Formats: sequence, C-alpha cells, structure tokens
Amino acid sequence: MGMTIAEKIIARAAGVDTVKAGDIHTVNLDRMMSNDGTTHLTVDMYHNKLNHPHIADTKKMVFIVDHNVPADNPKTAASQKKMRDFAREHNIDFWEGKGVCHQIMMEHYVCPGELIFGADSHTCTYGALGAFGTGVGCTDLLYGMVTGTSWVLVPETIKCNLTGRLPEGVYPRDLMLTIIGTIGANGANYQVMEFCGEGAKTLSVNDRMVLCNLSVEVGAKTAIFEADEIALEYLKARGREPKAVFRSDADASYVKEYTFDLSEIQPVAAKPDFVDAVVPAKEVCGVHIDEAFLGSCNNGRIDELRVGAAIVKGRKVSDHVRFLVVPASQEVYLQALEEGLIATFMESGAIVMNPNCSVCWGSCQGVIGENEVLISTGTRNFKGRAGHPSSKVYLGSAATVAASAVKGEICTADML
Amino acid sequence: MSSGKIFKFHNDLDTDQIIASQYLLLPNIEEMKVHAFESLNPEFPSQVKPGDYVVGGENFGCGSSREQAPSVLKALGVQAVIAKSFARIFYRNSINIGLPVIVCKELPDAVQDGDEMELSLTEGVARAGGKTYSCTKLPEYMQKILSEGGLIASLNKEEA
Repeated sequence: MGMTIAEKIIARAAGVDTVKAGDIHTVNLDRMMSNDGTTHLTVDMYHNKLNHPHIADTKKMVFIVDHNVPADNPKTAASQKKMRDFAREHNIDFWEGKGVCHQIMMEHYVCPGELIFGADSHTCTYGALGAFGTGVGCTDLLYGMVTGTSWVLVPETIKCNLTGRLPEGVYPRDLMLTIIGTIGANGANYQVMEFCGEGAKTLSVNDRMVLCNLSVEVGAKTAIFEADEIALEYLKARGREPKAVFRSDADASYVKEYTFDLSEIQPVAAKPDFVDAVVPAKEVCGVHIDEAFLGSCNNGRIDELRVGAAIVKGRKVSDHVRFLVVPASQEVYLQALEEGLIATFMESGAIVMNPNCSVCWGSCQGVIGENEVLISTGTRNFKGRAGHPSSKVYLGSAATVAASAVKGEICTADML
Repeated sequence: MSSGKIFKFHNDLDTDQIIASQYLLLPNIEEMKVHAFESLNPEFPSQVKPGDYVVGGENFGCGSSREQAPSVLKALGVQAVIAKSFARIFYRNSINIGLPVIVCKELPDAVQDGDEMELSLTEGVARAGGKTYSCTKLPEYMQKILSEGGLIASLNKEEA
C-alpha cells in the first residue's frame, strides 16, 4: 500500500519505512514554535515541574510574541518578559512585534517535508509548503523541547481535488469558507486534508496558506499541498532548501474524497457564532457593522491588502465604522508601504496597526463592545471571540470586508 | 469514581468559551480559573465542586489550542469531561495534563444539566438516572499517560 504525503513525512520523522493511519509513532520534531498565548506557562512548567530541565536542541525552537503585542497591561508585560528572558537565556530564536507567528514561520523557517509542532492551532498553515505542521498545547511543546521528540497518531487523509480556477472577485478565502460550510466543523477531525488537482496549480503559496490555515476549523490535524514548483520557487527566493519533497503514491489510501470546482465558488460569509455557518455573502448584506478587520494569519498578506486597498481607493470608510488594517508581518507592511497601499488605507480613514493577532483573537487592540458587530478576515467567529460575549463576528473575504467598511453594513464589492 | 453533578454544554463547544482570550496571559491558571465558561455560565466557577463532570456533545473543545482550557477545568476540580466526540487538540491536551476525557455516544443526550452521574474509568462505564452507558476506552498509550498523572509526570519518570 502506498503512502500519502503526510504519512511519508511522519515515516521520515519516525525513522521507519512505512506508516499507516491509526499507528502511533515516536517522531523527531524538526521544529517547534511557541507564542505568547501559552509560553509563560511552558516556562513555568520548565522551571517548576521538570526533574531535569534541559532543551534537546535550541536551534529547533522559535519563540514569537504576536498575540498581545505590544503589551497592553502589566500582567501581559510580565508574561511576555518571562518568555523573552527565557529565550535570551537559552539562545532561542526570538521575534517580537515582527509579525503573526505563522507568517514569520513561513517567511523564515518552514521547509517542505518537515514535521513541525506549534503551540497554536493554526500551525496547520505550513502545509502550504508541503510541511506537516500541527497545533499542540504547551505541555506537548514542553515535552518536545526537552526530548526533541513526541508521539503522533498517524491520521487518515482526506483527498480534496481542486478543479478549475476562481472567478474574478472571488478569493481563496471564499473557497475555504465554502469547504468548511460543506464538510462541517467536525468534518475532518483528526484527519489530514490533502489539496491536489489542477486547481491547486492556479493557487500561489499565499493562496495555499489561506486554505491550509483554516483546516483546523474543520478539526483537521493539518492540511497539505505537494511541494511543487510553485512552492519550491517561494522557498528558493528565500534562500531555503527543502528537507524532503514528497508526493502521494497513486495507490495511497484516502478515507474520503471531495472535489471542489473553483469556477463555481462565489463570495460567502460565515455567520455568528460558528465557522461552518457559511452562506452566500448576499444573504447577509445589509447587516449593520461597527467594525471591519483586514488582517490575521489567514488573510493579512500583501495579496489581501492589495484587494482591500483597491476597493477603498478614492472612497471613505463609513463614519460609524472602525476599519482596522493589520499587515501579517513587517515584511508585508513594508511591501504595502512601497506599493502605496498604506497611504490608500489611511486616506480612506482606516486605522493601520502594527503586525499582531489583533481583534482576530479578541484580546488585543480593537476588541468590540456589547452587541457590536464585526466583519472580519480573521480565523474564527465564535461567541465573544472578538470581545464582549454579546458581540457578533461575521467572516468574509478581504473584498467583502473592505466594501462593508465603506458601506457601513455588510456588502460585497460589486455592490459599492 | 464518586458521584458528581453534570454541567452540560452544546455541540461544537469551542475553547474560547471555556476560557476567553483576554485571560490567557494572566500569570497562572489559578488567576484564570475564576473566568471559566464566563460567556455561557458566569456562575460556573462558584457552582462547580470538586468531583463534578462537564458533559458536551459532538466536537467538544474545538478551535484554539489553548491548554488553559482543560487546565482551568482541572484546577476547578472537574473530575472528567464526557462527550460524544472531542476536537483533537483539546483531547490531547487534556490527557497530557491528566484530565480524563471520555467518549460516550449515548449519555450526553440522555442527561440534563444538574443531573448526577458517576464514572468508572476501569470498567469503562458511566451511570446516570439509573442507567449504565458504555464509554470508548482510551488507546493504551494515552491510558498510560493519564494513569501516570500526565505527560510531564511520564517524562520525569522516563528520565528518573
């Protein structure tokens, strides 16, 4: 029996010839990422719970302060200081305020064929480069840091065939939200989504990140694309080499298969409070909004900033809307500056912020108050996700978010 | 295991509801635990007693990987979480910190918030309302981590 890409990565990391779904293996982790959401707890456990505190290989570790940066209160500052001091003491690569963790990882670390643990659920983003990235908690992260290893239950793989090409004005985010609406919030629990087919060839690495990033919203352990010439080009431009380039075998085993025709995808939105409550965007047009957010590890890259800027150019943000624009990294921010996008956003009345997780995770600048409504390119729309428990979050594409910011109510770009 | 009261929650219960983002960077779990389930039942931290149970539906613990979610439940004395199915990160985190997470297909629909139940991990059964429900056994590997008191306790044992 052949193996899928995910199975081949696990086999490589486990040092065995073959693995199959359902097996449990001990794997050598290629890399581990931890952010300020949990690292203060990891550091406390390191000092207080371990009989023999040590780090297997500091070069495998990356610490990134991105969730609440810069700190907004003394307790947050203390937790981040604990993380910063630990990183410096142990010579761990440390990033602060330079970007959302997954964007930093994609720009500077992730290589095809690697098995990466991240103490953040959206670590599945790394599949865009043919790596196996998966989210874990801080205890798993600590175990990996100390031993360089972890245990992995080999997941089943779902094949997602992509055909056709996205129509004009429709984006990878519309595609992924449509997929989430189709298979449901529990539709890929503990499984891998493998994206393939001719449609995949029409998607850039940035586009693939949008798809892989949200795979955790259907419960997936990770999502993955083959590291094809598009991925290898991205890698080469950044001076990195693949760890290993794997293709799924023709006789690999898949638990399920789906086909999504990109040419049939339309703008969609996810309604509060569940990511799989996905409807055509037209169905929620007219909903009054208080805030609009363009950013996040899902949708804060240069592609989305270009889309948003093109829509607000020469227009004004509605006077009852706060429009937050948050580039996913400083690299993205600088590119946007160079292209004049930041000026365009500011002239429209948007609030341009430093790279961070922002309102997407509901504990940073920009949180919304009682009964307020947000339209967002963030990752989630759970109850209270962006602030007060009574507030509401709709998810849509960068185009829908920017158009809604101008109109003051949810609308698609063609309605302006 | 002893009898405890059930606190019942809905399908696709996400970890933001168990502990909201705004509390995650507090210094420790003790400071966080008083905010458990704040969005759904602000009285939960004062009502829950050591030995009580949290019962969910499908996909319990979906969303964020925040380990603070199972940690605040454990710190409040929750004996185990029983659900029809669990999201994988919450499931793994719970075992890693020594909080039993039990898959039971029938019990969640048969019980109400406030009912009493008891659970026997060794027998793999739960009892409520005079009925006995069978639970899915944990894979041996995870059972071992749980019985040793969590992953870090296992690690300390390995490295002893």
